[in-house]
Amino acid sequence: MQYRAEVTIERKSGMLDPEGTTIKRALEHLGYHTNDIKTSKRYIIDLEEESSELAETKVDEMCQKLIANPMIHNYTIDLREV
Amino acid sequence: MTIAIIQFGGSNCDLDVLHVLEDVVGTDAELVWYKEHDLDKYEAAIIPGGFSYGDYLRAGAIASRTPIMDSIKKMADEGKPIMGICNGFQILTESGLLGGALTTNEYPKFRCEWTNLRVETNDSPFTSAFKKGEVIRIPIAHMEGNFYADEATLSKMEDDDLVAFRYVDSEGHVTEEVNPNGSKENIAGILSGNRNVMGLMPHPERASEEVLGSNDGIRMFKSMVEYISSR
Repeated sequence: MQYRAEVTIERKSGMLDPEGTTIKRALEHLGYHTNDIKTSKRYIIDLEEESSELAETKVDEMCQKLIANPMIHNYTIDLREV
Repeated sequence: MTIAIIQFGGSNCDLDVLHVLEDVVGTDAELVWYKEHDLDKYEAAIIPGGFSYGDYLRAGAIASRTPIMDSIKKMADEGKPIMGICNGFQILTESGLLGGALTTNEYPKFRCEWTNLRVETNDSPFTSAFKKGEVIRIPIAHMEGNFYADEATLSKMEDDDLVAFRYVDSEGHVTEEVNPNGSKENIAGILSGNRNVMGLMPHPERASEEVLGSNDGIRMFKSMVEYISSR
């Protein structure tokens, strides 16, 4: 089966997000007030596995081993069959 | 005694480190391309600065997963000194050889400037030639040098005397103003639990000759050489 996983990586709460802070400041220059801006990264991974459970396990391993740094990141996996 | 200088695609301080080791310190050193597996003949390793793999994913993330890092871990387990400078520090935290993580500077700008560092411990293979509390001048050049660790890790590092250097003013005081990147507790360099792995964001190889404005950095390399000779 073919699957597509959308992985979103975010900083853990309490960590600085300098890019978000900079964007917030730039928006203020344009007259938009926001309470907070957080940035995240999204990876789209296409893979083949026998079941969605196996695919999810594989992608979770990829996140643990490389895509995220578990010390500073939280991540979510959104998996669907394609 | 030969020190390995590990080169990844995108390393760019490798030749500076080689020059300092060979021409200034006067020890044997060799550039080692990351595809090499066997590092047994080397007594120590330095992972130099640069932008390995274009800082893709996170600074140091890709390099830290290359097979040569297994050989670096083996060297570390054998008690051999391993020093990571700048991108090398990022690679060492990403590989798990050092605690914490290095993230984007609090003000997200590439900062290339002189810093004052306070030597927090001289009980290590890299800092034995310094006096504890001494203030030295070494430049930084990075955008992802903001050292982060959770409170429990920071307090453990404190208890175990694993902070090697902090950013300070010229009098040796830790202040917010002299923290160039937002690092927790002004941390500029740290040691591993068994003290033979050190990572630091400042570049000692750029401050190892008087003509460059400071030669304080040379004592890190000399400490290493002395440690290797005494093993």
